[in-house]
Amino acid sequence: MMISLTSPIETRAHRWPAGVKLLALCGATMGLFAIQIPVVHLLVFGCVLGLYVLPGYVFFCAGLRQLKVLWPFLAIIVIWHVFTNTPMVGTVIALRLLSAVGLANLVTMTTRLADMIAVVTWLTAPLRRIGIATRPLEIGIALVVRFTPALADKGSALSQSWRARSPRRANWRVILPFTILALDDAEHVADAIKARGGL
Amino acid sequence: MERNIALIALFAALIAALGLIPKITLGFGVPVTAQSLGVMMCGTVLGARRGALAVLLFLLLVALGLPLLAGGRGGLGVFTSPSVGFIIGFPIAAFVTGWVVERWRSAPLTLVAGLASMFGGIVVLYAFGILGLALVLGKTPIEAALLVTAFIPGDILKAAIAGMLTAALAKARPDSVLSRA
Repeated sequence: MMISLTSPIETRAHRWPAGVKLLALCGATMGLFAIQIPVVHLLVFGCVLGLYVLPGYVFFCAGLRQLKVLWPFLAIIVIWHVFTNTPMVGTVIALRLLSAVGLANLVTMTTRLADMIAVVTWLTAPLRRIGIATRPLEIGIALVVRFTPALADKGSALSQSWRARSPRRANWRVILPFTILALDDAEHVADAIKARGGL
Repeated sequence: MERNIALIALFAALIAALGLIPKITLGFGVPVTAQSLGVMMCGTVLGARRGALAVLLFLLLVALGLPLLAGGRGGLGVFTSPSVGFIIGFPIAAFVTGWVVERWRSAPLTLVAGLASMFGGIVVLYAFGILGLALVLGKTPIEAALLVTAFIPGDILKAAIAGMLTAALAKARPDSVLSRA
């Protein structure tokens, strides 16, 4: 579950610096919102699709799966603009949405978690220079990565034991013991960090 | 310091873990996930500042590419999708929720935490969410608001649950409910 959304299919973009990709994404997204010409949006969307096709079929399918979550919004846009008889405006909005999310997903798919964290470390460097410690942030990131699957396991163990005792579904009733487990874990982690010399 | 970091990180992980609970579908076909319950709980349990930090940490990991949002979503695409307003509103919702719980001490915690969750997790969150929808889908805020009204009953339910859970946590682990510490 904690596998990141980075594509295991090695593309050329995997080797590009993460900071440059992020900067380019910012520029492209702002550009997409500035442009109002349908033909340009169609061309941009064609290019985005091309970028997905280049690394091969498996990469393309993985990319499409990520974009599938947009369908309710696209359905709303289509219905809305057919009803209001403004198909051009609708086309721009739909294509812009697909391109913007598509490009952003592309950066995520081609950038490893370690490279992303390196960008965060680089971005927070000025804070360190003026004397603000960023170590808590780094430890925080590591703790979330470590504890999300651990908590998820505890959660499913709780609902399994609930199901063993009751014919009814556990749903929200297990959230209380679940949160108590998280609070207790937090106290133990705090002790453990202190025991290792603190922050 | 260590305790704050640990609680913030564990609550960020809690929001992620709550996103894994399969969504339930309300009578009229609207899916409800437990994730925003986690956001409300960050505010009601950790208080304004720490609650908002926990949500920010969670969002940072989503941005870095971990599939932590409900339904296994994540990555940078989330921040250009129509739900971006809700995502940006999450930490602010947690802050406002926590702020209300910290300040309003004269009423029972169940009631305070429930109403604070409604104010932060619904009024404030939806204000951001609707603006985001309006911007990305090119609609007016009122038109965008119509698209999300169906989700409000589920969120009222979650706010009520957040209120009850917070009061129960305050009994079980009084030292850990920092919003009232």
